[in-house]
Order: sequence, then C-alpha cells, then structure tokens
Amino acid sequence: MLSVLVGKAVRAASRLRGGGSALPGLVVERIDPGFMGRALTGLQHGVVVVSGTNGKTTTTKMVVELLQGQGLTVFTNRTGSNFTRGVAAALLGDVDWRGRLKADIAVLELDEAHAVHFVQLVPPTHCLLLNVLRDQLDRFGEIDKTTRLLAQIAAKTTGTVVLNREDPRVASIASTVTDAAVTYFGLDESLRSTFPSDDDLRGSASVAPPSSLPADVVLESVDGNSASFLIDGTASRVELRLRGVYNIFNAAAALTMARTVLGVDARPAALLESLAAVEPAFGRGESLVVDGNPLELVLVKNPSGFRLGLKSFDPEGCATMIAINDNYADGRDMSWLWDVDFDSLAAAGVDMVSGVRAYDMALRLKYEDVRTAAVNTDTTAALASFIRAAQGRPKRIFCTYTAMLGIRRDLSRITDVKVVS
Amino acid sequence: MMSKGTINILQLYPREMNIYGDWGNVLVLKQRLVWHGYDANILEHNADGEFPADVDLIVGGGGQDSGQIVIQQDLQLIAPHLRALAKDGMPMLIICGLYQLFGNYFKTHDGTVIPGIGVLDLETHGGTERLIGNVVASSDEFGDVHGYENHSGQTFLGPGLRPLAVVSKGEGNNSKENHEGARHLNIVASYLHGSLLPKNPAIADFLLEKAVTRKYGSFEPGDVDDSLAELARQHAGSRPR
Ligand SMILES: [Zn+2]
Repeated sequence: MLSVLVGKAVRAASRLRGGGSALPGLVVERIDPGFMGRALTGLQHGVVVVSGTNGKTTTTKMVVELLQGQGLTVFTNRTGSNFTRGVAAALLGDVDWRGRLKADIAVLELDEAHAVHFVQLVPPTHCLLLNVLRDQLDRFGEIDKTTRLLAQIAAKTTGTVVLNREDPRVASIASTVTDAAVTYFGLDESLRSTFPSDDDLRGSASVAPPSSLPADVVLESVDGNSASFLIDGTASRVELRLRGVYNIFNAAAALTMARTVLGVDARPAALLESLAAVEPAFGRGESLVVDGNPLELVLVKNPSGFRLGLKSFDPEGCATMIAINDNYADGRDMSWLWDVDFDSLAAAGVDMVSGVRAYDMALRLKYEDVRTAAVNTDTTAALASFIRAAQGRPKRIFCTYTAMLGIRRDLSRITDVKVVS
Repeated sequence: MMSKGTINILQLYPREMNIYGDWGNVLVLKQRLVWHGYDANILEHNADGEFPADVDLIVGGGGQDSGQIVIQQDLQLIAPHLRALAKDGMPMLIICGLYQLFGNYFKTHDGTVIPGIGVLDLETHGGTERLIGNVVASSDEFGDVHGYENHSGQTFLGPGLRPLAVVSKGEGNNSKENHEGARHLNIVASYLHGSLLPKNPAIADFLLEKAVTRKYGSFEPGDVDDSLAELARQHAGSRPR
C-alpha cells in the first residue's frame, strides 16, 4: 500500500511545516482514489454522515462522545476539515500501513456540497440531516438547491436517515427516501416558536402547523443549561455543559443518531451521562476567562444562527462585541445582517463593533436603534480596547468564522485558549 | 415633535418574496421617515389577501424560484391595479425576483414562459450561470450604487426603459451589457441585495420624497446623519467581487 505510506509521509512533512491539513488528503486522493472507500468499508457499525446548515460541528462532537460512552472506538474528522479531502487527510493519521482503520464506526461532519461528493465514493450507513437555512447563498444559489443536496445524501444512505421533523425542507426529504429507513427528532410544541424557519421570519403568515410525525427523541423543555428530553415516552432531565438553545436541540439529534446506531444495545443512562459531559466545540459558545471574568465566543454565520445566538445569551450585565468579516469562508454578502433582529441588544447597547465590515454592522444597529459605543475595523485593536473598557464585566463576542480565528489567536496571548489541531 | 404626516408602506408578498435582506429596505424606509419627522405604517399584501386601499409606497423583494410560482396567480390578479398605480406616480422599489416579474415575461432555461405583469418594459431569460458578487455601479441620479447580486436570470431592457446605473464592478442585469436595474416613472428596480437602501440612502430618500409629495404636496426633509452609511459604502467598494 504505497499510497498510504506516501500519504503518511506527506502528512508528517506538512505537519512539520505547520501547514495545511488538506494537502496529504489531496495527494492520496490523486494517487489512490479508492483509498477512502477501502478504509471506511467494513467498519462494524458503519459510517455516519452529519450535514445541514447549522450545528454540524457540535452535533458531530456529541454523536462521537455518546458512542464513545457506549464503548465504541470512533473515527471522526476534526473541525475545519469538513470536506472530502479533509476526511482523507484525517484517515491517513489513523490507518495502519495497509490502509485499515481500527475503529468500530466513523462519524463525519460534511458540508452539504462536499457530502454529495463523499457519498458517491462511500455510501454511508446512516445520515443525520439537521436543517436547511439561508447560508452561503453565494455558493449554493438558493436554499431549495441546498435541500436537493441533502436529499442526495439521503438517497445514498443504506441504513437509516435521521431527519429534523421541525424543518419543513428537511422533513420533506423523507418522501424521496426509497431504500433506507427514516427516523425523526423533534421539539415539543411549546418550543417550536423558538426555532422559526426562514419562512417564518417575516410576514403575518402563521408558523407551520405542529408535526404529526413520530419522533424518536423530543426536546421537551429548556431552562438555562438544563433540558428535558422525551425518549421512547420517558422524560429525562439533563444538566448540560453546552450552552445555547440551538446546541440543546441538536442534542436531541445526536441522541436519536446514537440510539439508531446502537439499537437495542443502547444504554440510556450512559447516553445521558455522556451528553451531560460534552463540552462546547471550538468557538461554539466556548467560554474563556479574561481578567477573572468569563468571555464567551459565539460563532455566527447566518441569520438563524445569529438569531438563536442572541436568544440564547442574556445581554444584561454583559459587555458585547460583534465582529463581522466578509472573507470567502464567511460569505461575501452582508445582506444576512438585515435578516437578524437585534432588538434584544437595544437595552444594553453594543460596546464594540469590528471586522472588515464593521460599518455594515454598525449601520444595521443604527437602523434598529441599538447604541454602539465604538467601531474599529482593526480586530486586534478593537479586541484590546473592548477588554479594557469592559473591565470587571463578563464579556461576549459574536463573530463570523474568520473573525473568530483572529480573535482566538489574540486571546491566546492573554488567556488559556484550547488549541485545536 | 409633531408628526408631519403618515406614510403607508406596502410590502409585497413578505413571506415568499423576502429573501436575503429584503426586509432591510422596508426598515430603512420606515426609520428614515421617522428621522425626517413623519410616521410610518407597514402594510403587507400576501397571496389571496385583499390589496390595501391606502398605500403610499410599494416595496417588493426577491425569492426562490418556488416562491415566484406560489405568488404567480395572485400577482396577475393585482397586475392591472399595480399598472394603474405606477402610471399615477406611486413610488416603488422592486428587487430581484419581483423585478423580473414586473417585466413582460421570464423565459426559463427549458423554454417555459412565465408571464410578467408588464409594469416595466423588459424581458428576462433564465441562464445557466449565476451572477453572484459585490456590485458597484454609477447613476446620474443617485451617485454610486453599492449592492450584492445573486441571480441567474439575464434581464434586457426595452427601448423606452433606462437602466438604474452603469456597472463598474460586477455584472448587473445581464452578462452582455453593463447595465444594472431599471428606472421608470417613480419606480426603482434592481437586482441588488445588500440590502440596497441602507448603503444607498439617496435612493431611499428619492422614494420617500415621491411618496410624501404625492400625498401632502411637498416634502420637508429632516436632518439625517448618514456618516455610517458613507463609511459602509467606502468599505464595500474596496472589497473583492
Ligand atoms: Zn435575489
């Protein structure tokens, strides 16, 4: 298996240079296109693909930890490598020299477009489809197109497709599934208005009627970090380390997937115990400490994510900074800022607005009558003066992806920031 | 301070034709009215609803292909009324998806012809390539126009219709000419999201001036600070396509 050795060598070399994680994946894809398929077939519990607009990273992390808690050895791809080449690169680190993976199951986070490419190479046994929301329309054109991408993942799935019954576009995929079984996760009716789809965003038209589809796991109620899940008709309360109501809904998704994979072997008490222990993923409601006060980083990348982020964290008594970049990974278009309701920040105001498109953000706040204390497009300078001005108060930073990378880098100089490889 | 009057803004099909920041245009009109010393009322017209009688300004947005199909029948029903209002000087801001349908027809890539309502003398042909990215265009009336386009329709203006602006960065109406949007009577039509009005306050104030003058005979503008908009325009203009 020369390709594996070459790939491993490239991986080692690119690590030494501290360089990109995708290059070794590219090399092995070129010289041995069958590598990934061979490494991933024959795993005892198969291959799980997690996709959708929001929450892939955190949900994948939860599924992985739930399964590990049941004693499984799980292969997964790391944050920032949610494309086929990234999976191949991650595999290179974990296979033996014959290209065999020592794992019971693979759980992979894949971006919608790359997932379609991936499932052509490796048909998954299970897929978990979270939501379809307006995001990256500069890549996908329109959201109905994104739905069709997810439907292609479902079509290639051989075992079970797990769907969000509350998202009308995701739920509609069930009717296109012919070979696999379909299972749902969902919300109690009392929580449905907390998660409006993009269609419910504006206009007087009422929210879609409650779903009559049966759900394997239902999120019943949320009170701070404590949540109640209805599993198989039994309600269980869990104290979570995860923050943010969107993460907690995705916990229902992860529980459903873990139960689907394990079937009758699932140990419910251990699942809930693992769930309670899951820590937030990189930049997803991550809590750091600066000057003895908590500082939270909340990644925002589309209207629904920003809306849920604002809803999940109480602004009172907290200093707020917003950093908006428009690099390729963030999306170039600023239109989405106008689809977010910033009402909740009106009382406390915003202490600092930064990022390449700081003035677009400040303008958005002005039209919502939200007071902005300072604007500075230089994120490093903005962060320093934000921390200085907000001394003694808890702090929260809403930031787009590339803004978050810079802010984490700057924060790592003054506080403990977990290093993500 | 006493209100100088009340303007009723009608949003067309806010549920189906309101993608990608179109709400921002309504919000800007509403807030600027307040800043100019007027009151604003926001009304909606949805498919199968009653078209409100007392309207001073109309705003229409973009949508997905599926949304355009949902509103198609209702739009044809209100078309004679919209044509009459347009002729009567009603200010309208019409973006993207509705911009296409305000024309004579939309011919999809597979040859299907979706009739428009003929308020604007233009036609649109579905293309295979999507025109996506930042746009800067210049207009004699409004100065530089900044926005973001995302469409696959290629729109061509009839002989009687002038473009809103001439494109210097991006594509605009189609990939053959450097025209963006259309200007006719008191109608401003454009492919640009962004949202369009926040970074182009001159267009917002044009629409407001027409609406207020049509209703009250004259418009007395207030003192509005657009320095943030100016900075946002400068940064937008310096970004890659
Ligand atoms: Zn559009």
